[in-house]
Amino acid sequence: MTYLAKPKLLRADAPKNTLGYTRRDYEGAISTLCAGCGHDSISAAVVQACFDLDIEPHKVAKLSGIGCSSKTPDYFLGASHGFNTTHGRMPSVLTGAALANRDLIYMGVSGDGDSASIGIGQFAHAMRRGVNMTYIVENNGVYGLTKGQFSATADKGSKSKRGVVNNDTPIDLVALALQLGASYVARSFSGDKEQLIPLIKGALRHRGPAFIDVVSPCVTFNNHAGSTKSYDYVREHNDAVNRLDVILPRDQINTSYAPGELRRIVQHDGSILHLRKLDTDYDPSDRVGAMNHLQERHALGEIVTGLLYVDSSAEELHRHLNTVEKPLNQLGDAYLCPGSKALEALNAALR
Amino acid sequence: MSISVSLMLLMQHTVTGDRAHVKPTNIGAPDYFHKVVDCQWACPAHTPVPEYIRLIAAGHYSDAYMINWRSNVFPGILGRVCDRPCEPACRRGRVDKEPVAICRLKRVCADLKDDIQDRLPRAPEKKNGKRIACVGAGPASLTVARDLVAIGYQVTVFDSGAAPGGMMRSQIPKFRLPDSVIDEECSYIIDLGVETHYNHWVGSLSEVLAEGWDAVFVGTGAPRGRDADIPGRLQAAAHIQIGIDWLANVAFGHTTSIAKRVIVLGGGNTAMDCCRSARRLGGEDVKVVVRSGFEEMKASPWEKEEAMHEGIPILNMLVPKEFVHDNGRLTGVLFEKVRAEYDSKGRRSLIATGEPDELMECDEVLVAIGQENAFPWIEKDIGLEFDKWGMPVLDPETLQSSLPKVFFGGDAALGPKNIITAAAQGHAAAISIDLFCRGKKLQERPPPMVNLVSQKMGIHEWSYDNQVSEEERKKVPVKALEKTLKDIKLELELGFDPFMACAEAERCLNCDIETVFTVKTCIECDACVDICPTECITFTRDGEEDDLRGRLKAPAKNTDQALYVSDALKTGRVMVKDENICLHCGMCAERCPTGAWDMQKFFLQCAEAGTEVRKT
Repeated sequence: MTYLAKPKLLRADAPKNTLGYTRRDYEGAISTLCAGCGHDSISAAVVQACFDLDIEPHKVAKLSGIGCSSKTPDYFLGASHGFNTTHGRMPSVLTGAALANRDLIYMGVSGDGDSASIGIGQFAHAMRRGVNMTYIVENNGVYGLTKGQFSATADKGSKSKRGVVNNDTPIDLVALALQLGASYVARSFSGDKEQLIPLIKGALRHRGPAFIDVVSPCVTFNNHAGSTKSYDYVREHNDAVNRLDVILPRDQINTSYAPGELRRIVQHDGSILHLRKLDTDYDPSDRVGAMNHLQERHALGEIVTGLLYVDSSAEELHRHLNTVEKPLNQLGDAYLCPGSKALEALNAALR
Repeated sequence: MSISVSLMLLMQHTVTGDRAHVKPTNIGAPDYFHKVVDCQWACPAHTPVPEYIRLIAAGHYSDAYMINWRSNVFPGILGRVCDRPCEPACRRGRVDKEPVAICRLKRVCADLKDDIQDRLPRAPEKKNGKRIACVGAGPASLTVARDLVAIGYQVTVFDSGAAPGGMMRSQIPKFRLPDSVIDEECSYIIDLGVETHYNHWVGSLSEVLAEGWDAVFVGTGAPRGRDADIPGRLQAAAHIQIGIDWLANVAFGHTTSIAKRVIVLGGGNTAMDCCRSARRLGGEDVKVVVRSGFEEMKASPWEKEEAMHEGIPILNMLVPKEFVHDNGRLTGVLFEKVRAEYDSKGRRSLIATGEPDELMECDEVLVAIGQENAFPWIEKDIGLEFDKWGMPVLDPETLQSSLPKVFFGGDAALGPKNIITAAAQGHAAAISIDLFCRGKKLQERPPPMVNLVSQKMGIHEWSYDNQVSEEERKKVPVKALEKTLKDIKLELELGFDPFMACAEAERCLNCDIETVFTVKTCIECDACVDICPTECITFTRDGEEDDLRGRLKAPAKNTDQALYVSDALKTGRVMVKDENICLHCGMCAERCPTGAWDMQKFFLQCAEAGTEVRKT
């Protein structure tokens, strides 16, 4: 961490997006996490993704729970809406906010403790209900704020900094998300922004529950030999199935690929996901295949990354509940209070 | 040994195959980090600028003064009238509207210092028996004298004037540079034990050589002002004066008035001094007329601004054609209107626009269109070679002439420049003279003293203030124009007070506190990349420099500024840092979990005469 705020001085040729903002305009307060924390890289990736997508900061709501990861929304999108909820309760607060105002882009930021331990029930229900959100788990396998105990995502057999071996079976949030109905599921690594940024962009433009598990090394408590979430281990065992490029309708497509190399997926909003295959047999539209692939590779000690599953035709919570199109705060008095005749008619219908 | 090393390199090259790559930056070469300190690199005397600016911020004015004094000899003078090549080079100018007011901060340390007499060097009691003559008592000669007297030489200075200082005394108006400042800083040198002969015109170099000096230094400046040889010049001669001669007459009180309507011809700093002096001596309608466009004028931007601030218009693209007179009484100057045209090589020519010529009425003209060297006192048959432009043939590094005993410096050496260049050449000539007198090779020159030390004091604590000030450049307060225009000796600028000086000093980005990267401790966590406020750090695959420059997080378009490229990291990538707009805020080092980045102070001090050449 550092005590000083970033100086405001900018390079004269700092790029601006179509809204006229620089990348710096998407930053937040200075991070108070440990120096070298993977979470700060994820914050930087969120900044870059929102800059690239020309997102208006005030159209974003970022919600989080408790933990190192859940502190990070303070460090990006300083001009967005934010809600730091109680431990593990981000999904339900976010669900409520999303129901009240569907015009905002919802980003839930959580950690392995917040989502895989105390909040696992909340996580599961947000996924199965189809809440339209980007759910990012900054996954480091330890409880950093309480000095590095194993979390529920720590691999069996991995060693703590003190040399203790973990005997518990890990929870794979990606596997859970796939099983519970998330329609955009990805895994990435905080040390590989080239992969991570497009995955966040694709998720932000996805309709429905988009889940990204980001392995994010804890430099203080989980970056040693014997850890399976260290920079070195993840780099050595990173098994990427594909590389994503997100193409907006305004962008020109200049690259060409040989047949079979590329998979093109059009999302409901017109954005195109270009998936360059790294594993030719991998099919990101096959949910069961994805689950099997994950299990097979995990047994070999590999960490499967990339866009693992996407269903661009999926529906989301508002459709399921048949809610009104407008945000609640924009509904007028007449609409909210239709009068005694309407009430009588309703009562009569229930008799 | 060396063969096996080169073999290994060769093998490495084969192993890496045909992948393009640049050589990792050698930060051990003094020039690499020196170039990052743009101000110091641009200063001809390589003054350690950020170091003295930090001392000013801390209120250590005498220490700041002595750093300056050692490098540039005349801090009080240069703090008022330096050409300041450091300021256009200042990194702050690339990320902010204006650079740090380096020059005026220098004046602060001169103004606010304590008595520094006891910090000055003392000439050794026992002299080394070598006698050196310096012709001229300007900045170059005085620098030579200072450097050599301090190490035991007997130096004698000859000057035609009544006091030391040369053009600093004769040509710079007193409202910019008061005599008291010149007196003080010249006396620091003379009082070391320099023998002086004022009011002494040296009329013959061969006579000087016959006196048996061990070496002779020529620092006679560029004493001849160029004339405007156009019709009417002779007839109206009584009303047309050469700028530098007129300035000298004003400086010494021989000229105390001027006509009401004055035209100054020329666009350099001398023209600016002429017009502003004319305003103070009674000129009411004073204007500067220049052949070139406003931007191409040789005068420093701030000197143009100051002239305009005093109500003097600057008229451009006008070539003087004729001095119009009425039986010898000047009535005006006729100008041809031109425009600039550039050929394919970028050379400019001035083409008449065809518009009618313009007559500007005036009573007096000051011609300030350039200065020339003149060596009428150097005999042509004594073996001292001159080139076709009448300049002495010199080795530009050693400043030795074709007569081994005779050295040149200042405007007399390589043509008119400025005071800071004269001081730098004085240092170089003193080193040459010392090597010459000791019978050593002049080309084997002593290297600068270089030091690189970590500034880490604690986890987030550095021994420099790494918080970047966001304040704007402070303007130097000036006396009221009504007052200063009435008294040509009244200094216009008041100088910064300690509070303004501190605020201005805090604007310095501390470019001498270098970011030093250690490959073997880096874990490639990207923390430095994410925090850098100007996005100057990138981890990427290696490549040729041009290719790398385009692939960085923020493309490095300023090719004058180096890329700092590391050796290959664990992932095979390299760290590339664009030095161009680094704020030296130390955030990369604060964020680095392994200390792979460190902030280290680079200090370079040029060698002085007497420094031993290192044995390698």
